[in-house]
Amino acid sequence: MDITPDHLILFRWGFVHLNATIVYTWAVMLLLILAAWAATRKIRLEGPRSRWQNAMEAIVLGIRSQIREVSGREGSNDYIPFIGTLFLFIAASNELHVVPGWHAPTGSLSTTAALAICVAVSVPFFGIRKTGLKKYLHHYLSPVFFMLPIHMISEISRTIALAVRLFGNIMSGSMVVAILLVIAPLFFPVLIQALDLIIGLIQAYIFAILAMVYIAAAVRREDEKPQEQTT
Amino acid sequence: MDSSTWIGIISICAAALCMAIGAISPALGEARAIQQALSSIAQQPDEAGAISRTLFIGLAMIESIAIYCLVISIILIFANPFWTHVIAKTGGG
Repeated sequence: MDITPDHLILFRWGFVHLNATIVYTWAVMLLLILAAWAATRKIRLEGPRSRWQNAMEAIVLGIRSQIREVSGREGSNDYIPFIGTLFLFIAASNELHVVPGWHAPTGSLSTTAALAICVAVSVPFFGIRKTGLKKYLHHYLSPVFFMLPIHMISEISRTIALAVRLFGNIMSGSMVVAILLVIAPLFFPVLIQALDLIIGLIQAYIFAILAMVYIAAAVRREDEKPQEQTT
Repeated sequence: MDSSTWIGIISICAAALCMAIGAISPALGEARAIQQALSSIAQQPDEAGAISRTLFIGLAMIESIAIYCLVISIILIFANPFWTHVIAKTGGG
């Protein structure tokens, strides 16, 4: 039994191997791009709006309100592209499980590791952009300098945790369905797949919110400094 | 018994133990978290949004421990590196 779609090679040409993960990732990307293009094609500010525009506005406003609850009001628009893309990509690739024959690209450790590395890179990016390089690096030495390895370990372990959490949830979902098909093929796999859809959506939410929490923690260090000095 | 039998037995037992203990302890932790969050929401219904968001994040953190155990169990059962090593060494069978 395959535990990742990486081993499923759909197309090979010379030394180029296209496995299922890449192909389905492209499918999700194509779907999201097409949906965004269709929604913004006839965009307008006044008068009656198209259904696509309404749906897209609801999604973007929902993401923005969730981001604002974590990061505070100011600067929340900077994070919408990154966090929103993470959420929409993971949610789309998990929810497309209703399509027969679909292998969710998030069920492969390669995809989730790539997403987690994106988060790990974006945390110092946003942190340095907001607080400056010196202040950001100084955080690693606070409260005392020998906390440096502990900070490093925490950054690495939370990146691994992000990747393995998403991978494990999605992979275990499809695997439980495969095992249940052997044991009780009549009715239970449908229920478990419905549960998988909920879990997929929750995991997408959790991945995006955790990325936002990490970024907010890196950005907010500037505000916390004066408080520590006054108290 | 040869070594491949021992590896099979120990892998399955280790996977079962890992999953059993790894399911019990996060379940206890999640139960405590949910209990506390529910009583907090009952006391302060206005803060339900913030409490449930933090609860979700915390539950995801706790649950990832169970997921690690699940991943290790699945690797032990379906993609056991020691098993494949022994099988490759003895040339199949």
